[in-house]
Parts: sequence; structure tokens; C-alpha cells
Amino acid sequence: MGFDASMLFVQFISGLSRAMILFLMSSGLTLVFGVMGVVNFAHGAFYMIGAYLAFTLTEILTGFVGFWVALLIAPTIVCLIGGLVEVLLLRRIYEKEHLLQILLTYALIFVFNDIIKMIWGVDLRIVSLPPALGGFFTFFGHSFPVYYFFIIGVGGTVALLLWLLLKKTRFGKLLRASAERRDMVGLLGYNVGGLFTLVFVMATWLGGLSGAVIAPTVRLSLGMDMEIIIECFIVVIVGGLGNIWGALLGALIAGQIYAFGILFVPKYAMAFLFILAAVIIIFRPYGLLGKPAQARG
Amino acid sequence: MQAERKNSAAKWLYGAITALVLIILPFVLEKGFSEYYLYLATKIMVWALFAMSFNLALGYGGMMSFGHAAFFGIGAYTCSLLLVKTSCPLPLAFVIAPFVAAGAGVIIGFFSVRIKGVFYFATITLSFAQLAYILAFKWRSFTFGDDGIQGIPIPALISTDETYINYYFFALIIIVICIYVLWKIVKSPFGLMLRSLRENPERATFVGMKVENYRLIAFVISAFFSGIAGVLYAFLETAISPDILFWSMSGEVILMGLLGGMHIFLGPALGATIMVLLNSFITSYTEYWGMVLGIALILIVLFFPKGVGGLMLEQYQKWMKRKGV
Repeated sequence: MGFDASMLFVQFISGLSRAMILFLMSSGLTLVFGVMGVVNFAHGAFYMIGAYLAFTLTEILTGFVGFWVALLIAPTIVCLIGGLVEVLLLRRIYEKEHLLQILLTYALIFVFNDIIKMIWGVDLRIVSLPPALGGFFTFFGHSFPVYYFFIIGVGGTVALLLWLLLKKTRFGKLLRASAERRDMVGLLGYNVGGLFTLVFVMATWLGGLSGAVIAPTVRLSLGMDMEIIIECFIVVIVGGLGNIWGALLGALIAGQIYAFGILFVPKYAMAFLFILAAVIIIFRPYGLLGKPAQARG
Repeated sequence: MQAERKNSAAKWLYGAITALVLIILPFVLEKGFSEYYLYLATKIMVWALFAMSFNLALGYGGMMSFGHAAFFGIGAYTCSLLLVKTSCPLPLAFVIAPFVAAGAGVIIGFFSVRIKGVFYFATITLSFAQLAYILAFKWRSFTFGDDGIQGIPIPALISTDETYINYYFFALIIIVICIYVLWKIVKSPFGLMLRSLRENPERATFVGMKVENYRLIAFVISAFFSGIAGVLYAFLETAISPDILFWSMSGEVILMGLLGGMHIFLGPALGATIMVLLNSFITSYTEYWGMVLGIALILIVLFFPKGVGGLMLEQYQKWMKRKGV
């Protein structure tokens, strides 16, 4: 195969769209860790539920409408489930050891996997794209799906909205304050419990959105949650756990490494991501944008 | 002094009774029930070894590994591949496998003990184990991919074709030796240091201990014995697939450790017994074993963080106190 400029451009775009999915996912993961101090192992499960809900919704409402409805409704249902999980389960263990918190979210992966198995079965599912987004772009003889641009657009929009939310609103200020000194925020009379619920709902909404967005590009299967969560772990380790811009940076790097790695070893492009994570752990254990103290978890 | 001597006599008595039960059990199971129960008994022992190896990292080292399936699976795969693809004699394959598992332990441990904080440890161990799973799954020419390895050649002496009884005793001897070694490690100065690290890493650092090194050594030993359990598992089933490297396997061993109680030496073995029996019972009714597992884990985390073994020990101690002993 020839490595001409247009092909590199196509790989770049595909890497960028992958990066945006990774960012959508990792931002939720890192937001929850940054504010609440919990690593949500079940984040991938919320993503998987989002994807399966998108499947069902587009089956019911076909065509262009169905796709947009799915894009809005699927994450909303997912974040309601997330809210329930926070109120019923997570809330009980903030004061306990970190170990128990991880275990609880880990247990949820088992539960959600079997719930999906009960509802949707074990067959592979395919979500069809609306015709307007289903085409291909041809760029100097190399073609790639138009949908890549859509993914990049969604990712970019979410990044912008998150930036506005964190920097420009009172709520964002509270979030940043909670990340630094949770106890002080409580002492100042804010409802930290409610804040946590809201953050978890936001994060699971992002997870559900990632699932709904990626659904038309993959075959849905049980286990898709673990595939993506491992990549997200790498992204947050590279960027710095708890830092949302670290997640963006990590996702951009991981996306490109994957897109170009796949040219060399198609089946094992993931290996490059592990090498990346290994290098970061050795030379900068708290991640590119993380602060050393955060590595203490 | 007298109480101590009495205590040690009681210990010998308990030990002798346990040994007797373990020796008689297979004959009773075979005559009174069926081969299936003998198979289950062997399976329980194999998982007990796996869970106790895992607990060296969790209960004594304070390291919650979410990727121990990697070592179990690497042990099983190494031995099976050596037997199927090369003319390596079985005893040699048996010895090589745990060392390869320990080697994987060095690599995964090197990265995961470097960063402080349970979150990093958990994510790194889980990620590396999934990498091992993906490799076993995709590297078809080397690992046979998702077909797995069928018909692992096993000498007639310990073959499970006719009866599981020979294999039961083979596994029993090896597992008893391994558990004895684990016990010696836990009771050694090294084991003591490990526990002091778990309780207070900062203070342990102040007295000049290298936290990372101790943790890494414990992690590697744990990987080594998990590898042995993996080999025993491969022989028991005579077939393996990448599933034994999957993240849910790591979850099962975590649950065994927690269920039995991670701060009690034999706790994980109790957890393994409960889990294997529960699994064989439940999977005959429903395919949703994961749901049971997940809910059990949630209940333990929320209500019984000390595990069933911990609860039993607590009750026992209360009872002893009441009797005034």
C-alpha cells in the first residue's frame, strides 16, 4: 500500500473520530473521578446500554427521525439509570474504602451485562444510519464515511459545552471546587450529595451518548463495554486521571496512534496504546496534565 | 503455656481430621454419589488454590488485582501449548508454566505497583489482563484463537477419562504443598512486612522499607501460584479457551476472596467452595450466572465487607469469649 498524503489525511480523520468517541467516554469517567473520587468501572456498561437503546429506538422509528430521537432519548434513559445507581448504591459507600467503591461499580458490570442479555439476547445487532449520514466522502481516491465528520462534530460540541460549563457557570465553579476540597464545599452550605448525583447523571449521559453515537459504526455485542473501557483507562492514565482536558489530550493522542498503528499491524493496533500507557507510567505516572498528588487516589 | 500446648494439640487434631476427610471424601463421593461430585470436589480445590494465591496480593499485600485471570490463564495456556505443540514432557511443562505466569506477574506488577492509589492499580491490572485475553483470542496461529485447545494430552496415571479419583489425589498433593508454602510465606518476616505495608504504607516507608519492591515480590509470588492453579485447571478440564483469561474470571476470584474473608488465611478457600457449589447449582437453572455474581458482590460490599469467613470468625470468637476461654 502506498502512503500518500491523501491516505494519511483519511487516517487522520478516522483517528480524530475515534478520539472523539474516546473523549466522550473518558470525560465522563474522569469527571466522576475528579469530583466524586470514584473510578466508575461500569462506565462501559452505560455506554453499552446507550448503544442497545439506540438500536431499539431506530428499529421502532426508522429513518432520519429515528436516528435523532435515538441520539436524544438513549442517553437520557441511560442517565436516569445512572441517577438511580448513584442514589441507591454509590451514595452508601462514599465514606468507605476506595476498594469497596471500585468493587461496587465492578459488580455492576456483571449485572448490566446480564440485563442486556435478558432484553436483547446474545446476537450481534446492527444500527442503520439515516441516508443523509450514511454516504462516503471521496478524497483524492480514498473514501471514508461521512459519519466520521458527524462524530467529530458531536465530540467537538460536547468539549465546547463542557468547557463553557466548567469555566463560565456557577455550577462549573462548584464542580471545580468539589474536586479540590469536597469538605469545604459542604461546609459552605452546598448540597454535596445532590451535586454528586448530578455529576453522575451527567457522566452516564455522556456514556450513553457515546454508545448511541458509535452504534451505527460497529456491531453491537455483549463485551463491547470492556473493549472501550480499557481504551478509556489508557486515555485517562495518559492524560491524568480526574483532569478533563487531560482526557481530551489523551483521547486525541490515542485516536491518532490507533489510526496510524492500524496501518502497520492491523490486528494488534491496541498494542501501541498499551506501549503508550507503559511509557507514560514510567516517565510521568500522574499523566500528561495530571498533578502528582492526584496519582495518590 | 498449658493453654498453648492445648491449642497446638487441638491444631494437630483438626489437621488430622481435615486430612482424613480429604482422603476419604473421594471414595464416598464416588460410591455414594457420582463422578460429577468428584469432579466438583477437584474443581473446588483448584479454585481454592487460585483464590488463596490471589489473596496473597489482596489480603496480605493490600493489592486488589482486577486481572488475576491473566496469570491463571497464562499458566494454563503455557502448559497446554507446550504439551500440544511441542514434545515437551509433562513434568517439565508443569514446571515451566508457573514461571511464565510469574514472568507476566513481573511485567504487570512492575507497572501497577509504581503508582500509588487503588484506582491506578485496578485499571492497570484489568487492562493488562484484557490484553492477554485479546492476544489469546486473536493470535489464532499461536493460541488457536476462540477454538481454544482441546484434548490436552494427559498421561494415563492421572487421566480423567475413566475416573477423577487419580486426578483428585494428584491435585490434592500439589495443592496441599502450595498452600503449605503460601502459609510459610505469610508467616515469614516477609509476610509480616507485607501486612505492615498494607496497614500503614507511610510508616513502613519511614522505617526504611521499599514499598514497591515488597509489593512486586508478593504480586509475582501470587502470579506464580495462580499459574499452578491454571495448569491444574487445564488438566482437570482437558480443554481450555480464551474465556479463562476474560475479566469475569478475575471477578470470580475476587468474589471468592471477599466472600470467604480476605484477612483469614483459609478464607478464600471457603469462598471458592461456596462459589463453585453455587455455580454448579445455579447454572443448571439459569444462564444468568453473572447477575447472581454481581448481586452477591454488591451485597457483600454494602453489608458484609468482612466476608462470610470473617463473620463466622467473629461469631466464633464471641462464642469463645462467652465460654470464658
